[in-house]
Amino acid sequence: MTTMTDPPGQGFRLSQLIYDTRYRSLTIQVVAMIVLMLLFSWLVSNTIANLNALGKDFDFGFLGQPSGYDINQRLIEYDSQSTHLRAAVVGILNTLLVAFLGCVLATVLGVIAGVLRLSNNWLVSRLMAVYVEGFRNVPLLLWIVLIFALMTESTPAPSAFRGDDPASSMILDAVAITNRGVYIPAIHFAAPFFENGLYNWLVILVVLAIAIFAVKRVNHWAGVKQEATGVRPTTWYLNIGIIVLPIAILFVLMGAFLDLPALQGFNFGGGVHLRGSLIALWLALSLYTGAFIAEIVRGGILAISKGQSEAAFALGLRPSTTMNLVILPQALRVIIPPLISQFLNLTKNSSLAIAVGYMDARSTLGGITINQTGRELEGMLLLGLFYLVLSLVISGVMNVYNNSVKLKER
Amino acid sequence: MSDTHAQTVAYVRDSMTEQREPPVAQSGAVKWTRENLFSTPLNIALTIVGLWLIWVILSHVLPWAFMGIWDADSLSQCREIRDELYGADVSVACWAVISERWEQLLFGFYPPELYWRPVLAFVLFLAAIAPILFASLPRKMLWLSAASPFVMFWLIWGGSLWVPICVALGFAVGWAAVRFAGPKVGALGGILLAIALPVLYWALIAEPLAGALQSIIPLGLESVESREMGGFMLALIIGIAGIVLSLPLGIMLALGRQSDLFIINKSSVIFIEVIRGVPLIVWLFTASLLLNYFLPPGTNFDLMLRVIIMVTLFASAYIAEVVRGGLAALPKGQYEAGDALGLDYWKSMRLVVLPQALKISIPGIVNTFIGLFKDTTLVVFIGLLDPIGLSNAIRASTEWNGIYWELFVFIGLCFFIFCFSMGRYSLFLEKKLRREHR
Repeated sequence: MTTMTDPPGQGFRLSQLIYDTRYRSLTIQVVAMIVLMLLFSWLVSNTIANLNALGKDFDFGFLGQPSGYDINQRLIEYDSQSTHLRAAVVGILNTLLVAFLGCVLATVLGVIAGVLRLSNNWLVSRLMAVYVEGFRNVPLLLWIVLIFALMTESTPAPSAFRGDDPASSMILDAVAITNRGVYIPAIHFAAPFFENGLYNWLVILVVLAIAIFAVKRVNHWAGVKQEATGVRPTTWYLNIGIIVLPIAILFVLMGAFLDLPALQGFNFGGGVHLRGSLIALWLALSLYTGAFIAEIVRGGILAISKGQSEAAFALGLRPSTTMNLVILPQALRVIIPPLISQFLNLTKNSSLAIAVGYMDARSTLGGITINQTGRELEGMLLLGLFYLVLSLVISGVMNVYNNSVKLKER
Repeated sequence: MSDTHAQTVAYVRDSMTEQREPPVAQSGAVKWTRENLFSTPLNIALTIVGLWLIWVILSHVLPWAFMGIWDADSLSQCREIRDELYGADVSVACWAVISERWEQLLFGFYPPELYWRPVLAFVLFLAAIAPILFASLPRKMLWLSAASPFVMFWLIWGGSLWVPICVALGFAVGWAAVRFAGPKVGALGGILLAIALPVLYWALIAEPLAGALQSIIPLGLESVESREMGGFMLALIIGIAGIVLSLPLGIMLALGRQSDLFIINKSSVIFIEVIRGVPLIVWLFTASLLLNYFLPPGTNFDLMLRVIIMVTLFASAYIAEVVRGGLAALPKGQYEAGDALGLDYWKSMRLVVLPQALKISIPGIVNTFIGLFKDTTLVVFIGLLDPIGLSNAIRASTEWNGIYWELFVFIGLCFFIFCFSMGRYSLFLEKKLRREHR
């Protein structure tokens, strides 16, 4: 028995650091740490040496200086006397705008195309296959450039709308598609609550949020009643009323009116001017990402086994109820995670704005600001940080949602 | 029994009637049409909308494409020919820009008399990739795959033949270290030697050796500068180099992310997330604006090399995620079986886990490659002449000022052919792998 125990007195040996699994992982980590630190310090010391050689320092003070350049699309007040920081914020807002619009349209397109691709109508499913394969297999940049060329080369100039018998006419007298961009009607208020237009819209948004909450309560009440009596009360007119009425009352109170675009001088005035660059970027991003989302949606629906819908039919559920209560909730679990990564891709791809001159974060903070101040290191660092934070926030928010629809396993 | 039966049956047919054709509505094209195109009112509406859409698109595109003019020197000449043939108000394609400039779109400004070199390199690439893609080919061809990067490099950039040979020798040195020194100094020491010896060799010996060999036996091709390359050749070089280099890096990162070692795990996670969280275009600008800051003062190397480095790092993060998916999909029993056999970490990874995990992740890797290949168009923004950059350059010339769609169609079709066939391969593989698992 004594031979089984370790001989006493034999303490820690250096070779144990390599050959003993208890210590080896520690050794490897320490070595890796040292190597990483060395690499990092090597990069930093190189950077410091290079900066010194160029006579530059590492300083974010440039953000407070006047920018001295104009931005053609701005969601907040900005002029060339504003600071570089404000220019960056304008660019960031533009990025967020096109990313948000793109995500919405891409989802709509993707869901429609994905469902239609599964349609038993041969022609439609083939058409959708052509759409999906065509957009997935050609670089996004080419689509952006192509749609931008369509917007600028194939659309009429504003002068074509002039005269008694114009070469082009506005759609419904409200929307003008020109080579300088698209003009759509704007909603203005005659008697606004606030001077700043943004706050008025904020009020409407808050009311809308309350209305949606109320609709949820109504549906919950209907659900409780259905549980108790077996009959679901009809709620759709109530729901529509709850959403539409308060908004309509607000609009009337504020004296909302439509400001239609009209030809003034050499160009259109009034309404909202959507630049060709925004439209091209938005459409290209949505169509391209929509093709990927279509495949995700198709895969998600196909992943639900046929037994599920057969079981629902056997229970006597209608096709629409089957879709809403049986197929979709299960398909969403498969669809959501890749959908999140598509939204992330779209947001990151919005940096291709450079191809059409759309003033996004890369063009202001990572473009003109860098060129004017010569602060490549700081500018690129901030830009990278912005995209990183944005990616993390989107994936974080979507993960919360994903967890809420996830299969609750015991 | 039979008697009673004979009484109850009044009539028994003794001959079969002629077999009749099924009703017209229940067979052939009519049935197919009814079932697939006109089964419900909604389907009828969809079919009509679809037909209308096809008609609108084809009635514009087909005449434009097929009436196109192939033989002209400039856009204005194209228009003259069109006015003569069809009249001024007909829109037709001017394919002459393709027939005149296709070589430029494919090769950039590569010297025309040397076009055979990139073409040969591409053929070699196809031959080298074949044994990796199709398992039925003889395994001996893998030696060709191993040698091809060096040969391709030599064919495209030219220069002394001894340079790629001496670089390749470094790998032989590493292999020899594992093979011969490994048993004497132990596994870990062998790996360390296999890393240290080739690095020392490349840093100190390779360059003088190549120079000396070149001066003794001068062998080589006319060298071509990176900036002369462009078009699809550039896209392919960056894409292929990126994927080949990022694959090992991505596998290491995936293993790092799966590892229990805290520091290695966390540094892999940070690297992967940072790279994936920032758009490629920002990384490319980093490569062109900032990479020189991070390197010792005075280093200045080729923009194309910098782009390849950045693209490699970028793709490796994506591949790491794909491979991680493959590693996670393996049943835990496989890892435990490796341990139970007494294999150490590297052996169990190399012999048990990775072959299976990589097999599962090949479709994902192919998809990453498709994405990477499409993303090579982004290099236009840092001044490299990829196909889109060349289309801008062609449009800037006086002869072809104002030509858009023909170039876009050509570039789009080329990309489509590449990416679509890769996508089909990935599907083929998925099907094959699924069958094997059943």
